[in-house]
Amino acid sequence: MSHGHDDVAVRAAALEALLVEKGLISTDAIDAVVELYENDVGPQNGARVVARAWVDDAYRERLRENGAAAIAELGYGGFEGDTMVIVENTPTVHNVIVCTLCSCYPWPVLGLPPSWYKSSAYRARVVAEPRAVLDEFGLTLAPDVEIRVWDSTAEVRYLVLPMRPPGTESLSEEELAALVTRDSMVGTGVAASPGRQAA
Amino acid sequence: MTSGGLHAVTDADGPGALPRSNGELVFRAPWESRSFGVAIALHDAGAIDYEVFRSRLIAEIAAHEQAKGAGYDGGDYYERWLDALEQVLVEQQIVSEAEIGKRAAVIAHDWAHDHDHEHHHGHDHPHS
Repeated sequence: MSHGHDDVAVRAAALEALLVEKGLISTDAIDAVVELYENDVGPQNGARVVARAWVDDAYRERLRENGAAAIAELGYGGFEGDTMVIVENTPTVHNVIVCTLCSCYPWPVLGLPPSWYKSSAYRARVVAEPRAVLDEFGLTLAPDVEIRVWDSTAEVRYLVLPMRPPGTESLSEEELAALVTRDSMVGTGVAASPGRQAA
Repeated sequence: MTSGGLHAVTDADGPGALPRSNGELVFRAPWESRSFGVAIALHDAGAIDYEVFRSRLIAEIAAHEQAKGAGYDGGDYYERWLDALEQVLVEQQIVSEAEIGKRAAVIAHDWAHDHDHEHHHGHDHPHS
């Protein structure tokens, strides 16, 4: 452990202690936030949204019209998820999300972003050369598939609606949700096939 | 340093796995998750405006990226987060840099005499 990390840990602890003493926030409130994002909010939320859209055409339509409202039907929403736009993959269009300015991400449905999402390499390159970046993620798209890159902002967050994998007609909604990976909802992957995990 | 409240990675291949389960931890150290929690709790309490904080965070990241060049990997994201948070709180005169520095010195002193860092949250005693 470097001294640098110790220093920053000390600063973080100092700030927290001061703010709690001043009565601005409580330790419990901080605990609750951390616990929420570590344990309760994650890609499993988005996976349920995607699976519902796959089995319920009316829901899919509502999702297209007002993403946040349709997501709220399943009980997810709140902070940073006010305007959600669902971008739908088709056989000819593949969508991928990024935040070129910092690391805006649809928290209520995907949790906190992975470290690569925050890297300058991903943020710059996925815009400039999306096909090459997706290839590095193990996702090779046919040349005739159009790639659309969506740059998230404070006002608008995007969620990719991946295509339902073939051979899943007999699966339940819950079984379908199990095929929906985080990367498939960012657009750096596709949904898994039954009995296999997606890259 | 341990990964604090994070559970062991048990379902790395699981369906719809949590961010921490995809081979990458969301928070690499307890101070990172605390700093995250402090900013969100301040926003929830109405003490800061998240958008103000966010623009500061963007500026911090941009400045850092420029300084470090193409090699910047976002690995010190939460240091930028903490810097931005401190700046916003100082600007709004919620805390002063002097206060932070003084308290940090006290905590550093405590920690030097007690290596059990994780137990200091919320109940360190000021030497006033």
